[in-house]
Amino acid sequence: MSELPAGVERRTVAGEERLTTAGDPVYGEPTVDGRRVWDAGRSKLGAMLELGMDTCLEGGESVLYLGAASGTTVSHVADFAGPTYAVEFAPRPVRDLVDVAAGRPTLFPLLADARSPREYAGVVESGLDCIVQDVATRGQAEVANRNAQFLGDDGLLLAAIKARSEDVVADPEAVFEDVRETLSATYEILETERLEPYHDDHLGIVARKR
Amino acid sequence: MTETEDAWFAGVDPGAAEAAAAIRESEADEPRDWPALAVESGFAADEDEYYDRLHEATVDAAREAARAAGRADDQQLIHALRAMDDAERTANELAERLEEWAGALLDVEEAATGLDFAAVVAATEPEDATEERAVSLAKRAVDLRDERDDLRAFVERRAPEVAPNLAEMAGPVLAARLISLAGGLESLAKKPSGTVQVLGAEDALFAHLRGHAPSPKHGVIFTHEFVRGTRPDDRGSAARALAGKLSIAARIDHYSGEFRESVHEDLRDRMETIRARAADAGGEGDDGAADAEVADE
Repeated sequence: MSELPAGVERRTVAGEERLTTAGDPVYGEPTVDGRRVWDAGRSKLGAMLELGMDTCLEGGESVLYLGAASGTTVSHVADFAGPTYAVEFAPRPVRDLVDVAAGRPTLFPLLADARSPREYAGVVESGLDCIVQDVATRGQAEVANRNAQFLGDDGLLLAAIKARSEDVVADPEAVFEDVRETLSATYEILETERLEPYHDDHLGIVARKR
Repeated sequence: MTETEDAWFAGVDPGAAEAAAAIRESEADEPRDWPALAVESGFAADEDEYYDRLHEATVDAAREAARAAGRADDQQLIHALRAMDDAERTANELAERLEEWAGALLDVEEAATGLDFAAVVAATEPEDATEERAVSLAKRAVDLRDERDDLRAFVERRAPEVAPNLAEMAGPVLAARLISLAGGLESLAKKPSGTVQVLGAEDALFAHLRGHAPSPKHGVIFTHEFVRGTRPDDRGSAARALAGKLSIAARIDHYSGEFRESVHEDLRDRMETIRARAADAGGEGDDGAADAEVADE
């Protein structure tokens, strides 16, 4: 099993080994020793770590998080990472995201569309270490490619690709193959793995900017 | 200072109330090392101070933007959608007029039709007063098409704010169309799903009620992939299932406003079941024409 980034630790909760980070609870998640349980069933990145994918994260990275939703996962990311920019398109979840960010000084919430980086390129800095992507729109690979401009040399992409966002009826494997191909224009793909049983029809991808 | 021209903090006093507005309005072609540039330009003493100011400004900006979206108005969405349709219809009318007029008047070599033809004419250098009128009209038609595109982009952006579940399920434009046909989100939420199923097919419905036509299977929801992409034999079932879930989505949007993933999953499961029938029957297809009148996207 790959190493977890510094700041993410396994703890035994109710007889089960669970991922945890240190920070203020956000969504009523259980806590142990002052640490918050990171539920892999509610978080794609959590599932990637739980499944033992090598995310190459060490802790303390600067992060652009695309598709932050109400901030469940990004709150854990901000607990172990450095400056974290959280982009979310839908206004309603942003209300919750703002509450999550208010208590985390290096978490910056942005109401913007991840498909048009222009909207936030004047705010999000260049040379970032990592993009975490969990957007449920069509053209997910294209979103990752367009946002590669925020990454520094050898910057990382950790993406959860949702097959059904691309095509509700196509075979997920065919969708994933297209996504891999589109991504390879900009990224070198290091590892991919399906996120079952935590998330159906999702592919976790670890890639490095070319 | 040119390096920081596109920075959100350009021209902003540290800590000023305008910082949040600056975040919301900021646009840039490419990102830069903003923390370092902020320190260099004197916006912040060091990077820690910059991040503190960025944090305050982004939290305020996101809170205000989310609040403003909470006031998002279904009536404005309806106006924008109807204006989009008007702009499209008018642009196409002008394009037809131009094909007739400029087609005879100017030597247009490209085999373009409709608004593409208008665009070719608009780029032509007029040589006399008559050509001038035709070229000028072509420019207006092309502008009108651009306006249609802008209105569409506005609808695509606004519909998920007004009705997140309906927009996710139907796509933003169809969601706006359903709201428009019902006259508002509230009245859409109060309609039975059988009515939602035939919204936009009123002529066919009344013909049916007068007793000389079959009942329409679908109205504008025909444009949805779940209906159009299902073989004709199963389209009635698909339209009924989709309309049922769209009604639920509209009700969640009107009464709660929260995004709810489960209703979208329910619909996908239902659609898989319906489409599996075609596989069981060894059937193919999704050719065949629509039965009811449909407004095309």
